[in-house]
Amino acid sequence: MNITLKVNGQSHTVDVDPTTPLLYVLSDDLALRGPKFGCGLGQCGCCTVIAKGAPVRSCVTPVQTMNGAEITTLEGLGTIEKPHPIQKAFIDEQAMQCGFCLSGVMLTAKVALDRNPKATTAQLQQALSTVLCRCGAHTRMMKAITKYQREGVRA
Amino acid sequence: MNRRDFLKSSSGFLVVAFSSVGSMRDLAFAQAPQPGRFDGPGTPQLDSWVAIDANGNVTAYTGKVELGHGLLTSQTQLVAEELCVPLSRVTLIQGDTAVSPDQGTTSGSQSHPVNFNEGALAQACATARDALLQMAAQRMGVPATILKVDDGVISGGGRASLTYAELVGGKKFNLALNPNAKRKPASEWKILGQPVQRLDIPALATGQFEFVHNVRVPGMLHGRVVRPPEVGATLVRVDESSVSALPGFVKVVVKKNFVGVVAEKPWQATQMATALRAEWTKGSGLPAQATFFQYLRDDTRSRDQFTVNSKDVDDRIGKAAKVVKATYQHAYQMHGSVGTSCAVADVKDGKATIWSATQSPYPTRNTAAALMGLKPEDVHVIFRMGAGCYGLNGADTVSYDAALMSQAVGRPVRVQLSRKDEMAWENYGTSYLIDQRVALEGTGANATIVAWDYEAWTPGLGGRPGYNNPGNVITGFLTGAEPQPFTPRTPAPDPANYANNLNIAPSYVAGSVAGRKGGTGNITSERVLTHNLRSHFWTGPLRSPERLQNTFAHESIMDEAASAVGADPVAFRLKHLSDPRLIEVVRKAAEAAKWDARSSPQKNAKRAGAVRGRGFSCVLYEGNNGYCALVADVEVNQDTGVVTVKRFVAAQDCGPISNPDGLRNQLEGGILQGMSRALSEEVTWDAAKITSIDWRTYKPLYLGAELPVIESVLVNNTNARANGAGETAITVVAGAIGNAIFDATGARIREAPFTPARVKQALTARQA
Repeated sequence: MNITLKVNGQSHTVDVDPTTPLLYVLSDDLALRGPKFGCGLGQCGCCTVIAKGAPVRSCVTPVQTMNGAEITTLEGLGTIEKPHPIQKAFIDEQAMQCGFCLSGVMLTAKVALDRNPKATTAQLQQALSTVLCRCGAHTRMMKAITKYQREGVRA
Repeated sequence: MNRRDFLKSSSGFLVVAFSSVGSMRDLAFAQAPQPGRFDGPGTPQLDSWVAIDANGNVTAYTGKVELGHGLLTSQTQLVAEELCVPLSRVTLIQGDTAVSPDQGTTSGSQSHPVNFNEGALAQACATARDALLQMAAQRMGVPATILKVDDGVISGGGRASLTYAELVGGKKFNLALNPNAKRKPASEWKILGQPVQRLDIPALATGQFEFVHNVRVPGMLHGRVVRPPEVGATLVRVDESSVSALPGFVKVVVKKNFVGVVAEKPWQATQMATALRAEWTKGSGLPAQATFFQYLRDDTRSRDQFTVNSKDVDDRIGKAAKVVKATYQHAYQMHGSVGTSCAVADVKDGKATIWSATQSPYPTRNTAAALMGLKPEDVHVIFRMGAGCYGLNGADTVSYDAALMSQAVGRPVRVQLSRKDEMAWENYGTSYLIDQRVALEGTGANATIVAWDYEAWTPGLGGRPGYNNPGNVITGFLTGAEPQPFTPRTPAPDPANYANNLNIAPSYVAGSVAGRKGGTGNITSERVLTHNLRSHFWTGPLRSPERLQNTFAHESIMDEAASAVGADPVAFRLKHLSDPRLIEVVRKAAEAAKWDARSSPQKNAKRAGAVRGRGFSCVLYEGNNGYCALVADVEVNQDTGVVTVKRFVAAQDCGPISNPDGLRNQLEGGILQGMSRALSEEVTWDAAKITSIDWRTYKPLYLGAELPVIESVLVNNTNARANGAGETAITVVAGAIGNAIFDATGARIREAPFTPARVKQALTARQA
């Protein structure tokens, strides 16, 4: 089945089994490096992308439900030369260790703050309550997210 | 190719003029004092460590690899510092068996001791700088001692300056490492010792970084493994027809009890792994988890070992005024990497290339070769970073999975494990049952421990494969390779020398063996006996392996002893310590935390609702590899049993600090991972199989959890040897939290993790 996805501003049409999780199409057919397979169960966040303005766990999202959707992945936010403000905040705070979990961490936090730039700590904690980092970079990540909230969120 | 291109490049191949270095085995070099247990032989050839190209850019080769702990950056700092060039002119090649020296495994907190002291990479860089200065001196006709180096340019003596490129650019040094080449003293460092930002973070933060999961090879297929449904089950038959008609089917690969499916696309492989009809025997059965610690105690097939035995312990304890005894239990825990393990292998015509996140490129090369029936020199392992591993996660086993499947189909195969396959079969951090007894004389300020008796039971199976034991992990075992042998031995022989690598002996004993004192304390009546047992589950190094479990028990009984005599826990520790650096971190942590000197538990605490307390813990990691002391401030909700840590204050001395921000990142990460392990992480099983197989059944610390403030005091001990820094802090976390729970509530919790149910149980026991 032909599925069209608009990923990071570029349109792609792929011929895939419509039940294929979106993640597999992004990371295999489109060779993107941002979204990653962490659990395949929607429990960790590594596969997170932004679709229709919401954080979506692409490992449990059949690609057919995303036909025609606009999708942003971690690499769609900014580049090494010109990182997005939330990416810059994470670089400034050195807020990671292995970095495998960053799609879940940054994209979930970004959507939460885009929706509510004045989110409280408790609201941010709620938004990140099923986002996993196993290296223990939690305190630095929360610092980077707060820095982005302070300096980077566009009204 | 600049570094960024290198990090982003998909093949990462570099053509290097000199040949493979793995065969260079100089005995004298191999016996140099620096290599630890997991270090390969290295190489005495300078050209195998450092090359300078025609533009004066430096390429350095290392066998110690980046695991998310910042080693790429700190090693690059080391090379730039010693060679007096800016960071931007250094490219570091890590763990590629075609070009990197064989440095064995990046583990055991050994990368800093090995590469940042007088040997290996540091020695190579010092040798290169020394050689370049000598060459310049000769060309200029002046003594080398008057020359200086700046940004790869050597000047002085009134002669025209010379660049590295002019001296050696593009050519070999043809020199052996010079043991007399002097490292730059820390007082002259400009790049080392600085909080240099990690070189890989911009690519990571923008989703550009190539993890092993992102390696794509032309013609690549996708494999999934099909593991046995129960522990000990063996394969009866596989019905290939159950999947052969599915779209994208390539092959079912069977080798004894190893089963894998290969398909054109990853989703197809995933579906086939579920659909495949395979018949297995029943498993071998598992001991009941509810009574597991009694099972360990009753298991007589043990290999016994004394760490110390002064042979007067029973006598001293028998005569003591007071004896404090307690039993501690620690669960099996898992690495639980956030990304499941992955590897890509391309095996054809008797040769193999494996892209792997293994911590052990050369050992993986040898063991994968053995499984495939190839020669080690025909296997090329290329390290690519995986998700944080914290020890022996599935990286090695999945490298074998990919190799076996690629060999079977003659095409490149990428294998990524499912969450369940990762969690059900990894080499867990092992379980521990520990009896502690300490004998005390005197009370209050005059009280001292006069004898210490430790006896532990701990199961093990497999471990790091090393160069020869692929059966130490699940894939090798399923194909028929045996794990390293287990030979019961009772009674334990007397120890021949003092070795406290696993922190089996507490910090407070003298560690006297054969007339020599090797410990950090002053208790001379000491007995430390371990019963090593056979595990039903695979075990292996998990960040601070066994040291964490032992230190939890040591620091807990120390606290119980202090409480029993009404002593302040910090003062009581100091009284029994002899090592000045351990004493210093204890003092510094207490001072930074504004430690309130008094005995525990706190007086007049409420018996319901939320109460707060503080706890202390310390260690000399591995008995010789980094000092850490930690204060934890916790809140215990006595109605729910939920423990929340409000603040940690750590002091650490790991010798000269290569990168203070990197060190803080490791400290903070170690502490939070330690908190996660202390409070909630526990492997579970039923009568036949592991039941902690995802993030609902194995409970990690999510990012949205309430987080403690973490403060750290870094002791930059530039006159000491460089120690490891990644595993020290995690070692002391459970002890500090458990002691703080006691301080807050008067309830002693002796089984980790401290789940709300166990805390409630301890609170009930207190009230009884």
